Amino acid sequence: MHNSHAVVAEQFDDRVQQHEASSLGMWIFLATEIMFFGGLFTGYTIYRNLYTSAFETASHLLNAKIGAFNTVVLICSSLTMALAVHAAQTGKRKRLIAFLLSTMGLGAVFLYIKFVLEWHHEYLDGLAPGLHFTYAGPHASRVELFFCFYFIMTGVHAVHMIVGEGVMTVLLVMAWRGAFSPEKYNPIEMMGLYWHFVDVVWIFLFPLLYLLGARF
Amino acid sequence: MVEHIAPKRMYFFVFGSLLVLTLLTWRIAYVDLGPWNTVVALAIAVCKASLVALFFMHLRWSGSMMRIVVCAAIFWLAIMMTLTLGDILTRNLVSPSHGWQSPATVSHTALPASP
Repeated sequence: MHNSHAVVAEQFDDRVQQHEASSLGMWIFLATEIMFFGGLFTGYTIYRNLYTSAFETASHLLNAKIGAFNTVVLICSSLTMALAVHAAQTGKRKRLIAFLLSTMGLGAVFLYIKFVLEWHHEYLDGLAPGLHFTYAGPHASRVELFFCFYFIMTGVHAVHMIVGEGVMTVLLVMAWRGAFSPEKYNPIEMMGLYWHFVDVVWIFLFPLLYLLGARF
Repeated sequence: MVEHIAPKRMYFFVFGSLLVLTLLTWRIAYVDLGPWNTVVALAIAVCKASLVALFFMHLRWSGSMMRIVVCAAIFWLAIMMTLTLGDILTRNLVSPSHGWQSPATVSHTALPASP
C-alpha cells in the first residue's frame, strides 16, 4: 500500500526529479496564463493606440493613489509568500502558518480596496459599462471602452486572487496538521509561484491602466 | 534540501527595491515626459517583474527547463504583439491596391471610428 507520508511519490526516482517535475508543470501552467492575459494586454494596446487621448482621459478618472497603495499591498503579500516558502524550506511550522495567514490577509485587503473602494465608487460615478454608464464628456463611447478593459482585466486578476486565497486556505489547514517538512514542501512552493505570478500581472496592470499619460 | 535556499536578507532587499520602483513609477506619472511617460512606466514594470521572477520565483536558481518555458511564453507573447501591432499601426500607410475593394466597402471594413 502506498504510504501517504512518503517524501517521494512512487512515479519519481528521487526528490530532485520530483521537484523538477512539479516546478516544470507549474511553469507550463503559468506560460498558458501569460498567453491568457497576453490576449487582453494586446487588445488593450491596440485600442490604446487608436484612441490615445480618450484612454488618457479615462485613465485619469481612476484614483492613482489607491492603485499605487494596492500595488504596495500586493508587493507586501509577495514578500510574506516568499517568507512562507522560506519557512517551509527550513521546517518552521509556526512561521509558515503565520506567513500564509498574513499573505491571505494582505490579499483580502487588496480585494477589499479593489471592490469596495474602487469598483463600487466607479459604479456610483456612472463609469460601469452596461450597468451604470453616465459619462457624458467628449468621446464617451471610447471612455466606455476603456472601462470595459479596466473591469475585465482587473476582474480577471481579482478572480485569480480569489482562487489563490482558496488554495491557500487548503494549504493552511495542511500546514496546521503538519503536512509539510523540509523534505516535502512542494505545494507551498507552487503556491508561491502562482501568487508571485498574480503579482507580476498587477505590476503591468497598474501602470497600463492607472498611469496613462502625464497626470497634473 | 533539494533546492537552493535563498537567504532571508535577499527577500527583504528585493522587497525594498520593489517598493522604491513603485514609488518612482507613481511619482514619474505626475511629470510630463510626453510619449516617454509610457516607455518609462513600462520599463519600470519590466524591472519589477524581472525582480519578482528571478528572486521571489527562484528563476535565478531554476534549471534550464524552467527558463526555456518562460522564454517560450515571452517569445510567443512577443509574436502576438508584434504581428498584431504591425498590422494595426501600418493600416493607414498602405492603401489597398486598385480594384481590390470599392471605396464604399473600405469605409465599412475600416476600424470602427466611434462617435
